[in-house]
Amino acid sequence: MVERRPVLTFVSHLILVLGIIVIAFPLYLTFVASTQTAEQITQSIPMSLIPGTNLIETYRTALFGGETSAGSNLSGAARMMWVSLVTALIIPIGKTTISLLSAFAIVYFRFPFRNTVFWLIFITLMLPVEVRIGPTYEVVASLGMLNTYAGLTIPLIASATATFLFRQFFLTVPDELVEAARIDGAGPMRFFRDVLIPLSATSIAALFVIQFIYGWNQYLWPLLMTTQEDMYPVVMGIKRLLGGEAYTEWNVVMATAILAMLPPALVVILMQKWFVKGLVDTEK
Amino acid sequence: MEKRVRFKSRWLPWALVAPQLAITLIFFYWPAGQALLQSVMMDAPFGGSLEFVGLDNFRQLFNDPDYLASFKTTAVFSILVAVCGLSVSLLLAVMANRVVRGERFYKTLLIWPYAVAPVVAGVLWVFMFASPMGVIAFWLQAIGINWNHLLNSNHAMTLIIVAAVWKQISYNFLFFLAGLQSIPKSLIEAAAIDGASPWRRFWTIVFPLLSPTTFFLLVINVVYAFFDTFGIIDATTKGGPGKDTSILVYKVYYDGFKAMDMGGSAAQSVILMAIVVTLTVIQFRFVEKKVQY
Repeated sequence: MVERRPVLTFVSHLILVLGIIVIAFPLYLTFVASTQTAEQITQSIPMSLIPGTNLIETYRTALFGGETSAGSNLSGAARMMWVSLVTALIIPIGKTTISLLSAFAIVYFRFPFRNTVFWLIFITLMLPVEVRIGPTYEVVASLGMLNTYAGLTIPLIASATATFLFRQFFLTVPDELVEAARIDGAGPMRFFRDVLIPLSATSIAALFVIQFIYGWNQYLWPLLMTTQEDMYPVVMGIKRLLGGEAYTEWNVVMATAILAMLPPALVVILMQKWFVKGLVDTEK
Repeated sequence: MEKRVRFKSRWLPWALVAPQLAITLIFFYWPAGQALLQSVMMDAPFGGSLEFVGLDNFRQLFNDPDYLASFKTTAVFSILVAVCGLSVSLLLAVMANRVVRGERFYKTLLIWPYAVAPVVAGVLWVFMFASPMGVIAFWLQAIGINWNHLLNSNHAMTLIIVAAVWKQISYNFLFFLAGLQSIPKSLIEAAAIDGASPWRRFWTIVFPLLSPTTFFLLVINVVYAFFDTFGIIDATTKGGPGKDTSILVYKVYYDGFKAMDMGGSAAQSVILMAIVVTLTVIQFRFVEKKVQY
């Protein structure tokens, strides 16, 4: 605070509160819609902005499926939530593991073609899956990995962001630690497990949070990869509920949207410190 | 930077890089090679084998008015997303940096949209603009705007821009806030003592010092608009009306998986890769400059 300007401070708060209201409005509306019946939403124009009474019923349909009042038969989101959770856990675990190992090798060993390996991995920093969907799909299909967790996750693990992050971090670890470990008779893997991993704990946590959100929110890739309903992640399930010609049950769609948003949003809010650190670190 | 002390082993480093190397080779180099190969091939007219056609696929693309239109759409979309997103988040970040009380509270309530999947963001916004029950569509009707994003391409474009900006605000906000907090207080205080108003201080001191962050975010936002907005578009406009909101990534998907033109789609992938590489190089060059102040 440089000086006292009560009017300006008031304006600042006002703008922030307005910003929050505008940003939160879609969320509020989604929640309200999920507490009403499909008829209540479509028949009042515009829809009512006050929460309705159908909360439990809507969420039960959204989670476990069944006949709706409008007569369509929906499959629930419970299975999809599970698929999303598994994918969103495999991606960060896989990414962290393989990148910790390869960053360790690149920083702490000298071996032939080390630089080639380094560049082979780091070029992938640049290219998101989205730009090479067609050919990647063919590769995955020819490996028989369609409709499997492996197919949903492994191609997304092939990215160098995490390796780069850990390499940068390992380079800052003092050499004395290696010397001390050696004098104490610890081999490379012992050093890795007992010194490097504990030192990288915060980086690992930060990366985990970011990659969890990334994994949970994947859409384009599962859209291509999965053709069986029991392998759809929830994010994709919502889109399917929107349907084409069929009558859209907005209350169920919105309840599913809330279910799909909840886990990553909770992660962001509850692990705010690590989330912010993860964001800043991965973009360096 | 290199380590002075290293471990010695002939096989261990290879075993350690093997998983990542294998995944990278199989899921990155193989498909990327395929894309390059397919982009110079074409299905023979009566089925059967592939035929080498050189740069024909590319020539065809650049003679295709649809593709050129998609380039223009992508450019308009990403510039508007970046400019709108950055302005709104900068305003919020400056305000959050000013207030003494409640910064953490505001921060928490502003960052959660980052967690929302693009396709869910699309669903949320299309719901508000859907007729007849959409709340915003109704309000717009009341002030005389007949909203229809299924027929009016300007409306469709506005809708995807709003949804894309909404989702990206939290990211920009966090980086702007971090940037603002790293500006030395003494500079601002000195200017205040010289009698510069907050407005003047912002434009002559804060904004120039913030330019590295702004530029970095500009690149990130363009990349975001290019690649991460697929879900938003698929949930709201599906590239329509006509092809008026079909950005490059959407077109790659549509041509490859809906229209089954693999050669053309691969050529588009190659062009997209070239764009990403260019953007990344710009960003890296710039990041070096960023550490100067």
